[in-house]
Amino acid sequence: MGNKQTIFTDEQLDAYQDCTFFTRKEILRLHGRYHELAPHLVPMDYTNEPDCKLPLALIVDMPELKENPFRNRIVESFSEDGMGNLSFNEFVDMFSVLSETAPRELKAIYAFKIYDFNVDNYLCKEDLEKTLNRLTKEELTPEEVDLVCEKTIDEADLDGDNKLSYSDFENMISRAPDFLSTFHIRI
Amino acid sequence: NQLIAEQSRTDELADAFDLQEELDNRDRGIQFEMHLVLIPPGRNRGAIISQYYNKTLRLRRRRQSKPQVRDFSRSSRPSIRGYGLQADTTDSEDREDRKQEQLVNNLQKMSVADRERMLREMPLSKPCFMFRVVYLQALKQRLYIRLTFIPSLQLWKVSLKKVSGRFGSGVLSYFLFLRILLFFNIFLFLVMSAFLVVPQALYPPEPPANRSSFSGLELLTGAGYFSDSLMYYGYYHNDTLKMSCKNSTQEECEAKSPSYNMPLAYFFTIGMAFFITCIILVYSMSKSFGQSFKIDKSRSALAIKTFCSWDFRVTKKSSVKLMSENISTQLKVLTNTPLKPLSQKLKRFALQFLSWIVCITVTIGCVVGIYYFSEYRHGQRCSLVGEVSLLDLPVLVSVINLLLSFLFALCLEEYTSPSVRTYVALGRNLVLKVSVLGVLCYHWLGHICWETFVGQELYRFLIVDFIFTLLDTLFGELIWRLLYDKIFKKKRKPEFNIAKNVLDLIYGQSLAWLGVLFTPLLPAVQILKLFLLFYIKMSSVMMNCQAPRKPYRVTQMTTIFITLLCFPSFLGASVCVTYTMWSIKPSESCGPFRGLDTMFQAGKRWMHQMEDQNPKLSLLTKAHLYLVENPFFLFVGAGIFLIGIYFHSQVIDGQRQIIALLQKHIKNVGHLPVCMHSSLFGLIGAPDVPFILMNLVDLLLFLRRERIKSS
Repeated sequence: MGNKQTIFTDEQLDAYQDCTFFTRKEILRLHGRYHELAPHLVPMDYTNEPDCKLPLALIVDMPELKENPFRNRIVESFSEDGMGNLSFNEFVDMFSVLSETAPRELKAIYAFKIYDFNVDNYLCKEDLEKTLNRLTKEELTPEEVDLVCEKTIDEADLDGDNKLSYSDFENMISRAPDFLSTFHIRI
Repeated sequence: NQLIAEQSRTDELADAFDLQEELDNRDRGIQFEMHLVLIPPGRNRGAIISQYYNKTLRLRRRRQSKPQVRDFSRSSRPSIRGYGLQADTTDSEDREDRKQEQLVNNLQKMSVADRERMLREMPLSKPCFMFRVVYLQALKQRLYIRLTFIPSLQLWKVSLKKVSGRFGSGVLSYFLFLRILLFFNIFLFLVMSAFLVVPQALYPPEPPANRSSFSGLELLTGAGYFSDSLMYYGYYHNDTLKMSCKNSTQEECEAKSPSYNMPLAYFFTIGMAFFITCIILVYSMSKSFGQSFKIDKSRSALAIKTFCSWDFRVTKKSSVKLMSENISTQLKVLTNTPLKPLSQKLKRFALQFLSWIVCITVTIGCVVGIYYFSEYRHGQRCSLVGEVSLLDLPVLVSVINLLLSFLFALCLEEYTSPSVRTYVALGRNLVLKVSVLGVLCYHWLGHICWETFVGQELYRFLIVDFIFTLLDTLFGELIWRLLYDKIFKKKRKPEFNIAKNVLDLIYGQSLAWLGVLFTPLLPAVQILKLFLLFYIKMSSVMMNCQAPRKPYRVTQMTTIFITLLCFPSFLGASVCVTYTMWSIKPSESCGPFRGLDTMFQAGKRWMHQMEDQNPKLSLLTKAHLYLVENPFFLFVGAGIFLIGIYFHSQVIDGQRQIIALLQKHIKNVGHLPVCMHSSLFGLIGAPDVPFILMNLVDLLLFLRRERIKSS
């Protein structure tokens, strides 16, 4: 039913459906969005799995990400090389995790990665400072930023090492009922 | 496998990334584990990692039949490549046991100091276990999507995305709520039309002699041409409907034609519709309550504000700027909360008390006024001027609702916390609307063919409420914006008051539920109204409003709204309907229940008829007599229900205490530089216990031992 598409094989679409939270139609639509970011780079035929990656600058220009202060970190967390170059698989994965039906634990994992600016698997004070500055667009004075960082670490740090490990972060997220609804990008 | 063999031979540490690559080829799920586990330089780190992998591999294979394709690492989508690779199946059990032995050997060969260091740096969390939970949950979610709600979730998708992009999740929740109400009404409408309207439409009774012709006023008042139509209760036949026979004789006709017992159908359709709506409401309420309920009272408000307050859905530049300002204001408030002196607190408390007294007095005054006004109009019914005057009671009620909601909003200044303000405003409006509706319900029962009259009144109330919502949108939003633009010349636009609008929606839906018994076509009117309301509100919000300045906790507010929809609104309506069906005598001259003592008797009469025709069903009738009609059964059922709720709340209390205790222990452990070899060996022997719980239980035992030793 519907028109026969030639972008993906049926096995590929099935695999995508299993691995993400999207339906077939949405995956094809995502491919359309990916393609229109760079029509000359992205092939229309993905049946032989071409190795095509789009650079960070193109991805963060999407209207859904353009005004987000964490857009660079979001794209970097989902890229294999850590530099923000996304293949189509990674692109789909990014929006799948950020979709409405992704479970809380999965979102918590990626939220942790996004806020971990220096990629050391801990949210240390510098990470928190950078997060706050991006959240408030530098409206807080440095003293206030310092105070907020200290209080945050004080509240959330359970094992007393002055930085937030993943378990501290997850513990805190589990107490925030709004996390699921705010950590969501609709595409 | 090779690597682990190497390790046992050389006791050298394998580089974590080498191990990672090997595991890469076997199972992708562990990759994230590698990134998260703090990998200290030290010996036999790889042994621990392999052990994690083996344990989770066993757990995973036990629960799932599909190969693992999810991938959580930075290289997030080579899972297509990995899809063809299956997890090891057949002879891996032997390999597992061998690996375990090797691991145990490894660990025993380690020096004490090494073991200590490694165990100290071992993380307590368990992402691999979580991996399995996440995959199962993901399966459940996908199943949910593919079930029944696909077409309904697609309605208005583009508009909703635009709204959320500009205004955030708060305003979006209003429109989502509207959509939910629309689906409830569509369901009611389908049920009603299938079982009541269509059969009656096929067998219309003779029209009465003095039927008035159609004039446009009927759409507003619901009287006139509509009084004797399918819309109202009075039209419905009180006996079995049969096809008229022209060609055959009387006996053949009665034997062959299908018959439709209208009173029974009416009774059961209403009952079933309410029952199914109740189930759906309670289910969605419990689901949403589960999402927003926090067992542990929040101590980390600042941390949550830092990490969870940014709404990723907002895409418009000006809204993003507003959101940043919002967040910085809230952060400042959270960090500087000065202590208030006692005298100020007392003064504040006195003001709050006073404002409550004022609001309640005004509410009581208005309710009494409405009661006397409706009595006066009832007395004057004979000398009514025209049909338009039928509208005066609904208009009065709507005006009072509007004015008093403004008054209540003004009396809110002494509450500082925005969430408390919202709750207080909601509470006051709720008290007003419930009391007004209650008084009106009490008053309506004294007319001839009162059911049709009540149906008409509710129809009028619904229409007038819709008109007033439109007027409120016009004046509240459009005119204010023009005023700001032209006269005050400010950049600000009015804000969309989410709580008030949702409460209006709930009020309209309560009217619809109250009226369904008397006006089977009322859900259709409500559907039209909601449809129009969506488009009008959407365009008004886009043109006239700005994003909210105050913080809005979406999940909590959504839970509150669904609870309000269920408890005062639906429960009140169903209590009224049940009372009407159970104890009030239906009017003699119209409707499907004329001649009976109560509407409920239709069901009883049918049971007796069935018993007469078929004596074997006497068991059923006896069950009906003792269970349904006997209040004792209901009391016992309610008692059991309450006991169950009490037990559950005690369990939650206990869990709260355990959580507090465990958190204290985690804090203590973080400061202890002691080894924990018991926990590691405990792990190897118990594959079925969740890893983190095991760790913590061992922790507790160990600490207790240490305390005993030290004391």
